[in-house]
Amino acid sequence: MNKPTEWETVIGLEIHAQLATKSKIFSGASTIYGAKPNTQACAVDLGLPGVLPVINEQAILMAIKFGLAIGAEIPERSVFARKNYFYPDLPKGYQISQFELPIVSNGLIEIVIENKKKKIIKITRAHLEEDAGKSNHDQFNGCTGIDLNRAGNPLLEIVSEPDMNNAKEAISYLKKIHSLVRYLEICDGNMQEGSFRCDANVSVKPTQQKELGTRTEIKNLNSFKFIEAAINHEVERQINLIESGKIVTQETRLYDANKNETRSMRSKEEANDYRYFPDPDLLPVLITEEIKKIVRELIPELPDAKRMRYQNELGLSEYDSDNLTANPDIANYFETTMVANGDAKMCANWIMGDLSASLNKENINIKNSPVTAKMLGDMINLIKDKTISGKIAKIVFEAMWNKEGEAISIIENKDLKQVTDLSEIENLIDVIIAENTIQVKQYKNCPADKKQKFISFFIGQIMKKSKGKANPIQANELLKEKLNG
Amino acid sequence: MSIDKSEVEKIAWLTRLAIDKEDIANYCNELTDIVNLMEQMNSVDTTDIAPLAHPINLFSRLRIDKVTETDQRENFQENTVETKDGYYLVPKVID
Amino acid sequence: MYKSTLVQLSTALESKKISSEELIRLYIERCNKHNNSLNCFITITEEEALKKARQADKKRASGDYNLLTGIPIAQKDIFCTSGTKTTCGSKMLDNFIAPYDATLIKKMNNAGLIMLGKTNMDEFAMGSSNETSFYGPVKNPWDESRVPGGSSGGSASAVAARLSPAATGTDTGGSIRQPSSFCGITGLKPTYGRVSRYGMVAFASSLDQGGPMTQTAEDAALIMNIIAGFDEHDSTSTEKPTDNYTEKLNNSIKGLKIGLPKQYFDENLDNNVAEVIENGLKELEKLGAKCVDVELPHTELSIPAYYVVAPAECSSNLSRYDGVRFGHRCKEPKDLSDLYCRSRQEGFGKEVKRRIMTGTYVLSAGYYDAYYIKAQKIRQIISNDFKNVFKNVDIIAGPTTTGVAFKLNEKLNDPISMYLSDLYTVSVNLAGLPAISVPSGFINKLPVGMQLIGNYFQESLLMNVAHQYQKVTDWHQKIPQAYE
Repeated sequence: MNKPTEWETVIGLEIHAQLATKSKIFSGASTIYGAKPNTQACAVDLGLPGVLPVINEQAILMAIKFGLAIGAEIPERSVFARKNYFYPDLPKGYQISQFELPIVSNGLIEIVIENKKKKIIKITRAHLEEDAGKSNHDQFNGCTGIDLNRAGNPLLEIVSEPDMNNAKEAISYLKKIHSLVRYLEICDGNMQEGSFRCDANVSVKPTQQKELGTRTEIKNLNSFKFIEAAINHEVERQINLIESGKIVTQETRLYDANKNETRSMRSKEEANDYRYFPDPDLLPVLITEEIKKIVRELIPELPDAKRMRYQNELGLSEYDSDNLTANPDIANYFETTMVANGDAKMCANWIMGDLSASLNKENINIKNSPVTAKMLGDMINLIKDKTISGKIAKIVFEAMWNKEGEAISIIENKDLKQVTDLSEIENLIDVIIAENTIQVKQYKNCPADKKQKFISFFIGQIMKKSKGKANPIQANELLKEKLNG
Repeated sequence: MSIDKSEVEKIAWLTRLAIDKEDIANYCNELTDIVNLMEQMNSVDTTDIAPLAHPINLFSRLRIDKVTETDQRENFQENTVETKDGYYLVPKVID
Repeated sequence: MYKSTLVQLSTALESKKISSEELIRLYIERCNKHNNSLNCFITITEEEALKKARQADKKRASGDYNLLTGIPIAQKDIFCTSGTKTTCGSKMLDNFIAPYDATLIKKMNNAGLIMLGKTNMDEFAMGSSNETSFYGPVKNPWDESRVPGGSSGGSASAVAARLSPAATGTDTGGSIRQPSSFCGITGLKPTYGRVSRYGMVAFASSLDQGGPMTQTAEDAALIMNIIAGFDEHDSTSTEKPTDNYTEKLNNSIKGLKIGLPKQYFDENLDNNVAEVIENGLKELEKLGAKCVDVELPHTELSIPAYYVVAPAECSSNLSRYDGVRFGHRCKEPKDLSDLYCRSRQEGFGKEVKRRIMTGTYVLSAGYYDAYYIKAQKIRQIISNDFKNVFKNVDIIAGPTTTGVAFKLNEKLNDPISMYLSDLYTVSVNLAGLPAISVPSGFINKLPVGMQLIGNYFQESLLMNVAHQYQKVTDWHQKIPQAYE
């Protein structure tokens, strides 16, 4: 009997990141999401007779920023080309894109795969292009409605080598790029609104075989969950095909999240001949060393460097560092919080604990948190200087969340200040001892290893009586003195 | 070099041009003549010549990222045969 | 009055010999009278022009005016004009009213010029005879059985018959110079990038350039003073400062070195035309210029290179005419492909389709290198040929065309022979140089133009030479008898 074939999956990804410019890549129309159909499609976006494109400087700078961040080559001369095809959402009958001489080529990115191993994914190229419009197939009886608001939005298409071998690696790569573009502030990363989308090229081959198998391209992937599911589904489909003696055809497939399956897109099946040629309406873009130098200085600390710093300099765990750096908004929040009190561990705990729970519960972005980083930082400082206990802090946090003010005023108004006056605590202990004579007797008679249980009981009573305000450490010391004395 | 019927049909489809059957032969002849005219270019060796895409050897000026356009949908759609609710309409597209 | 140049009209208005309203009425009358036979206008904007004339008269009365305020001009129907239809000579745009003004139109409006109408042209500027227009052929006023040339044939015919004192044209492969030559007027194709292309319906983007079609070089200079210059809406327009184009008109041309390319005077050239040009050159020599022989060895290859580059760009530029957002849309399309294929089949004429097909072919997989890249390399060679020649001479001179205006229908069904008639004009577009065609004589009552080609941005020098020539000749003052 032959051994069953071992299959190897090969995945390459094409990511479309919408650059966060105010205006479109070739026109002065707004890029704001969600406007009424065709109200943000200007004469240039519509391809009216006689109009001409003019390149948005910011789109160029953002692409350079990305290229520098992945250590890529950025040629001095970059050229825009026309990709010719007919589709109703493509107003001019061609898309202005780049073919030869893209703005970014040959970059690298490191991802973490199984068993915390590192893997380098090569980025073949990243080029600038204009987005197409959107088709609405449902609303118009027998017709498709075309909305060209999105037409002309600037896209950076990031093309990887087929360096990934399973869906998890693909997701790890995607998340890495997602995080990077957000750190660089060149893309808002909003997948629901389509600002960050991905097509996956998937093929399988027997492990020992050198040449790649026939690939299919899966389109319409707009969440990490779907991408993983779609790739896994497609791999399974291809293996089944081959094992049942059929062949995989090179084609474009659409992922249907509702059915968790991919299906062939007939409309894209015919052999395309895009007839790329340099766009005669645009001259080549010159990117000097000077420009690169300026852009390089705009690059912030990137997630990998940040993660290492959190571990090495702030003494945070790998887990905490990963979580805090995954998203630049969280990292910014964390760093602002730290400014107020300098206690990395406490800040990390509060952010990943109470804050994150509250944000998740109400589905709020950390940038819009009702408890700002400064407010949280100041509150943590009040824990550290013993104005409040960690337990009281939870009450203070909740009040801040409900917009009742800053920590200090909440503590004042609610009278939550920790009792640190020794005589006051002593009085409290006296009352507790008097009210619990039985427990006091039991404490005195029990063996040493059981005594802690009673201490906890008495402290609990003290805290209850003080409404949590008694300083637990002081109370603990005084209590022992009294009981033993 | 001659251009045959299937080539003419392929080109016509690429550029989305309906061609009447009786015109195909004519297209074959005309395009063949034109392509033969182009073949004259082969009389010069251009191995070491860089292609010139543009008469002016300059680099592009870039535009500052600023929104300058306002909504002109109504104005633009006065030239449109079929619209509804602000959308441009085409026969139903099947993906 | 209708024989006046722009300069003379400006003086007449200034001295209140005539009002703008009277002037516009006079020309509108001529247009209405002669357009039936010449067919040089697609649209005559009578009411709008009269309205503007009255405003111009007020402005002149109030002292708030420019040199050309209140003077009429005809615009080629390739320039977008808001409120007036812009057809580009095509059924495709038969109902198209541009929602904006081309930069050139805006500049002319600001200068106070008044549009008489939109002139007829070859469909999408593709043609050398004006016979490809959806609105029918334009006639040459010197002989109505002949073509006026193309693609700016309507403009050339209108100025030649003095239905308008001046007009605009566009030149992709000779479309200003060749009809100027055929109709006996002065036509300047500026350096690529000198005049904004924004709002000029694109034919071949790396070749197209708008410019003036006038009676005299002096008038051309006046128009250039208005339309030349950088435009932020056109990435290919140059930021290089413009000249004052009228300033150097009267400079002496003594010592000017003129290159005569051997290839412009070979067996392709009609002998009679050669004689006219040689006489013209003698006039220039009398003015102190020196002629030397030069070589433009790849001139013949400019035709095949041009007929690759221009159709390639046009095939892509014309993809936007798909029946969806503007332009002709076929009735009851059965599906999307039908909408595209039939709208384009019905909307485009024969020559446009021929070029779209050719362009699609040369860009398609397997042919791109052999044709498109090859043509771009030839373009480089041709451009270098000019650069070499301009190391030794100030301008180049020769015929604009191989012969005089040909008969209607003579070449219509022979595209290759039509293409070959562009021999002396297309290389200038491939290289992006400025050139002017100047009336230089007649052969059997048909005008002949001399072409002067300048180095990049040397429009001033070209108009200076042409103006000096026109001071000692009167070919540019001749008017076809029927329009006297």
